[in-house]
Amino acid sequence: MKLLASGNEAVAMAAYDCGVTLGCGYPGTPSSEILDEFSKHGGNAEWAPNEKCAMEVAIGAAYTGARALVTMKHVGLNVAADPFFTIAYSGTPGGLVVISADDPGMASSQNEQDNRRYAVAAGVPMFEPSDSQECYDFLCEAFELADKFRSPVLFRMTTRVCHSQCIVERRFADKPMAKKAAAFTRDPKANVMVPAFAKLAHKRMRADLHTMQQLNEKGSYTIEKSGSADLGIITSGISYQHVLDAAPEASVLKLGMTYPLPMDTIRAFAAKVKRCLIVEEGDPALFEQIMAAGITVENKPEAFRFGELNVSRVRKLIAGDLSPEPAGAPGKPPQLCPGCPHRKTFEVLRDLGCIVSGDIGCYTLGVMPPFSAIDSCVCMGASVTVGLGMRHTLPEAEARKVVSVIGDSTFLHTGINGIVEMVYNRPATGHVVLILDNRITAMTGCQENPATGRKLDHSPAYAVSLENIVKGIGVDNVDIIDTTTETEKFAELLKLRLASNDCSVIIARRPCILAVAKMAKMGKN
Amino acid sequence: MSNITNIIAAGLGGQGVLKITDILADVIFRAGLDVKKSEVHGMSQRGGSVSSEVRFGDKVNSPMVPAGEGDILVVLDASQLEVARPVLKEDGILITPADVPTDKLSNPKALNVMLLGALSAKLPQFPADLFLAALKAAFPEKLHEANEAMFKLGRGE
Repeated sequence: MKLLASGNEAVAMAAYDCGVTLGCGYPGTPSSEILDEFSKHGGNAEWAPNEKCAMEVAIGAAYTGARALVTMKHVGLNVAADPFFTIAYSGTPGGLVVISADDPGMASSQNEQDNRRYAVAAGVPMFEPSDSQECYDFLCEAFELADKFRSPVLFRMTTRVCHSQCIVERRFADKPMAKKAAAFTRDPKANVMVPAFAKLAHKRMRADLHTMQQLNEKGSYTIEKSGSADLGIITSGISYQHVLDAAPEASVLKLGMTYPLPMDTIRAFAAKVKRCLIVEEGDPALFEQIMAAGITVENKPEAFRFGELNVSRVRKLIAGDLSPEPAGAPGKPPQLCPGCPHRKTFEVLRDLGCIVSGDIGCYTLGVMPPFSAIDSCVCMGASVTVGLGMRHTLPEAEARKVVSVIGDSTFLHTGINGIVEMVYNRPATGHVVLILDNRITAMTGCQENPATGRKLDHSPAYAVSLENIVKGIGVDNVDIIDTTTETEKFAELLKLRLASNDCSVIIARRPCILAVAKMAKMGKN
Repeated sequence: MSNITNIIAAGLGGQGVLKITDILADVIFRAGLDVKKSEVHGMSQRGGSVSSEVRFGDKVNSPMVPAGEGDILVVLDASQLEVARPVLKEDGILITPADVPTDKLSNPKALNVMLLGALSAKLPQFPADLFLAALKAAFPEKLHEANEAMFKLGRGE
């Protein structure tokens, strides 16, 4: 069966066709569509409160022998890194595949970290698809490898691979694998990572990586294209597609499994060409590993470490052309929608001259004019704690102006710990946290979260109460207000809380206008 | 590579830019050619610049159109002309709302369908019926009649 599909859709189809029992994740561009699509195909998928929870739930499922998939954007893997590094040791009897959707060029992210480094750091094998067909094929391969070695597999995608549509042959559409029977087998030596067992597991993991390298040398994940003996290019992922267009004459070694690398294959390829250049987006991750193996290859100029590659840039890279790249006219930046409930909130914060510790979500757009009312943004959940740090050190008059703003989904993701920190290590001036509760995970395309009262597939679920959480933790004041209809009242309330030494939470509650429209369309309101 | 055709649509979030390239890619797929479509999602629904690219031919590699190699550029909003222009080759075809009878739009939201009609006229290798079938597949039934009318107006029929 052939169809047009994005990389994300292809991964979802492959997961279904490979008998994945459970898909877990947290929404994040460019990964967000995978679990929705998996669910639409009939897969069992859930949004977890954050990536660490998602990975741990998937680990639990894989401990019982089931195949499990975890999806997240690149920065999500930072949150899930703790279980990731240790599950690399113990592994799971059921296949566990971790999707990291990286965002070179930062189309919608706060950094462009290169998560290929995680594969090396954790000792986890990694696949890098270069188009939708490989998304489908490699995901199937990833589960085979995971089963064979009892090892988690990192599946590293990038924005262009996730969102570009290509023609995909869905090979197993007519014969999807049955889900594996789940059963519990007591095996503490394999599954309980206390030092005595973890020491053994680490050695086994390194030995397995060696075996996987030999498997990778066999070439079933590699494409070698013979061409000119003058120019050889080693590449992976989307860069391969650009290389084919930019240098049709070159010899190309395209790697599909990029950790552990097939160093013998690479050495033989490098020996065949006069100039052997590494073309990779982001960090010199292939380059450094290949050089460390004693194979002399050429790195791209540093200028090409930044942003996405494309055909024009790859041509320049190959030519060693370091002339400035055309900047292009700036497009129109995104902005808070007309009618967005955050608008009035940021007008008040601006007019009161607050120092605003911000967070990750649509509301980060409050940094743009006419609001210009966000003063920091680091990572998910950081608004609360960064605001507390400012409160601790600023002189009193300025400390009193500090407000933390965080969305409903972000609060549930990693904001709750900050509230615990707030009531435990109280700043002398207290603090004010605004939860911008628009009843949805809006930025990534309106996904459900634990407070919406609906599951990933929009069926009814228990709705976690934000006010009960903060009350239970022990904040001094909890107020709920609609800042759009009660703007004056909100401004007065905020002034009152800022003047006191209390630790206060104000929940600014009004549904996202996009979510209201989307839910109405689905008949879910 | 020389047999690759590059088409770009550019506009603002909410204008249905991606719908144009979705339908076009579907038409090309139905016609049996290789096709790739690329865009960046994420912030697009917040009213910012949106552009989407379709490449087709015997075998397409990179999903992204290199600067200065676009054959046809469809611009939905005048503000995006300067932003998107560098992608078009010197003798490339530019299609803007000025090229279609926008005074006959049944609904401002249907501008994308009217421009798709204009685009279809520049791609005679794909029959109009193929476009109409893909157009139907992309929208709910209640819009089919109006869409067909807008498409034909854009096509100059």
